Amino acid sequence: MDKQQIQACGDELFDAMVQRKALRPLTERFSEITLDDAYNISLRMLERRLDAGERIIGKKIGVTSKAVQNMLNVHQPDFGYLTDAMAFSQGEEMPISTRLMQPRAEGEIAFILKKDLLGPGITNADVLAATECVMPCFEVVDSRIENWQIKIQDTIADNASCGLFVLGDRAVDPRKVDLATCGMVVEKNGSVISTGAGAAALGSPVNCVTWLANTLGHFGIPLKAGEVILSGSLVPLEPVQAGDFMSLSIGGIGKASVRFV
Amino acid sequence: MGNLTRAQIEELATYCEEAELKAYEITKVTEKYPEMTYEDAFDVQWEVRRRKEARGHKIVGMKMGLTSWAKMAQMGVEHPCYGYLVDYFSVPEGGEIKMDELIHPKIEAEIAFVTKAPLKGPGVHIGDVMRATDFIIPAVEVIDSRYKDFKFDLKSVIADNSSSTRFITGGRMARLEDVDVTTLGVVMEINGEVVATGAGAAVLGHPAASVAMLANMLGERGEEIPAGTFIMTGGITAAVTVNRGDSINIRYQDLGTISAKFV
Repeated sequence: MDKQQIQACGDELFDAMVQRKALRPLTERFSEITLDDAYNISLRMLERRLDAGERIIGKKIGVTSKAVQNMLNVHQPDFGYLTDAMAFSQGEEMPISTRLMQPRAEGEIAFILKKDLLGPGITNADVLAATECVMPCFEVVDSRIENWQIKIQDTIADNASCGLFVLGDRAVDPRKVDLATCGMVVEKNGSVISTGAGAAALGSPVNCVTWLANTLGHFGIPLKAGEVILSGSLVPLEPVQAGDFMSLSIGGIGKASVRFV
Repeated sequence: MGNLTRAQIEELATYCEEAELKAYEITKVTEKYPEMTYEDAFDVQWEVRRRKEARGHKIVGMKMGLTSWAKMAQMGVEHPCYGYLVDYFSVPEGGEIKMDELIHPKIEAEIAFVTKAPLKGPGVHIGDVMRATDFIIPAVEVIDSRYKDFKFDLKSVIADNSSSTRFITGGRMARLEDVDVTTLGVVMEINGEVVATGAGAAVLGHPAASVAMLANMLGERGEEIPAGTFIMTGGITAAVTVNRGDSINIRYQDLGTISAKFV
C-alpha cells in the first residue's frame, strides 16, 4: 500500500470510531495489505487521537490465546496503544453505548512498569524486575470493522481492536504471585461465565510482555516506566451491552468490576 | 421409585461392569429400558459397587461429575451426578496409566476434599462442608465413559458409575481456610503444551458446593459421607482427550503439580 492509502485508512478508522460507524474489512478492499501496512495504518489512527488531545498511557497485547490465534490463522500476538481516554476507574460506569459499537469484555492481568524496557534481548527476568505491580483488569475490546469480520491485518490496523479498560482494586508485587497458575473467575450479572488461569496467554502473561518489549525494540520503541501494559485475555471474549454488570477475581491479585451503560 | 425388577437391575449391573473391566463400548442402558428411573440407575451403580466390595475391593473415595453448567449443557444433562472410587482406580503421582485397560479416556483437573467428620444430607450446605473438611489436595481424574462416543443421558451415566476409571492425587495439601478455592487456578499441559486452564469456581461456583450436593444426593438413599472420605469435586477444566504416549502435567496455583504418563 502506498503512503496515501495508509493515511486514508487510518483516517477512516478514526472517523469510524468517533462516528460509531463500522467499516468493511480493509483486507477485502486491499488484498495486498501487509502486517507492516497495518501497523502504519494504526499509527495514523493513533496520530489522529493524539491530535484530538489524547495522551498515550500504555500498550496492550492481543491475540494471545490459542483459540484466537487459530481463528485468525496467525501464530503471534499483536499490539496496540492505550490512551487516557480509554481508562476507567473501578466501579465507575463505562459508557459503551455512546463510545463503542460491538463491545466484548476480556479479563486480563495488567502490568505497571517502574523501569523502561527496550528490546531486543529482553527476558522474563527483565520484565519482572521492571514491573512495579500487577493489577486485575477488564479490557472491553471493540472493532471498527463490521461484525468483527477481521483478519489479522484488520485488527492490527484498528489499534488491536482496543476499546476501553478498567483497572481493579489492588496492585500486587509480581513476586508475590505465580502469574502462570493464578486463576481467574469472571461473572456476568451474577453468574460465573468463565474461568481461566495465567497460562492461557502464551503460557504466561510475562511471556506476553516480553514479546512486546522485544517486538517494539525492533522499531526502537521502549515500554516506559509508568506505563500500563495489558497482557492479554485469560478467558473467552464476552459480548456486553448497556445494563450488564461484570466482575472478575484473580487468585492472589484481586478483583475488578464494571457497570456498562 | 424404581420401575425395573431386581433381575433387570442385576442384568444391567453385569452389562455395565463387564464393559468397564474388559474395556469395550456399550449402548446406553436407557435404550434397553426406556422406562428406567434415576433410582433404578443408582441401583445399578450401587449393585456394581456391592459386587466389587464382595470380591475384596475397597472403596477409596467418591467423585462428582458433570458439575459445570457448560458440561451439563454439552452432555445434554440437567443435574450433576456422583460415582465411587475403587482401590484399583488409584494411580501413583508420576505413574503410568495403561491405555489397553481403557476405551477412550479423557482427563480433568480437579480439587479433592478429604473430610474429618461425617456429612449426611438432606440440608447439608457449604458451611457444613467447610467445618467437616480436613484438607484439600489436587487431583486429576481420568474418565472413560463406557458409552460409544461419550454419548449418554444422565441415567445412563449414573449406571456407568459416572464414567469413573482412574485418578491421581498429589501435589500439596492445604487447609481450606488458607486458600481461596474459587480463584485457585489450574493449568493443564499435555506433552508440554497448555491445553486448558481454569479456576475452582468452574465447579458449581465453589467446589465445596459440590461436596454438599454429594451429601444431599447420598442422603436421599439414606447414605452418608463418612469421616476420612476422599472426594473429587468435579472438573475445573474441560475434559481433554489423551492418547498413548502422552505425558500430562497439571499445575495448581500454590499447590504443586500432578504428572502421569499414558502408555
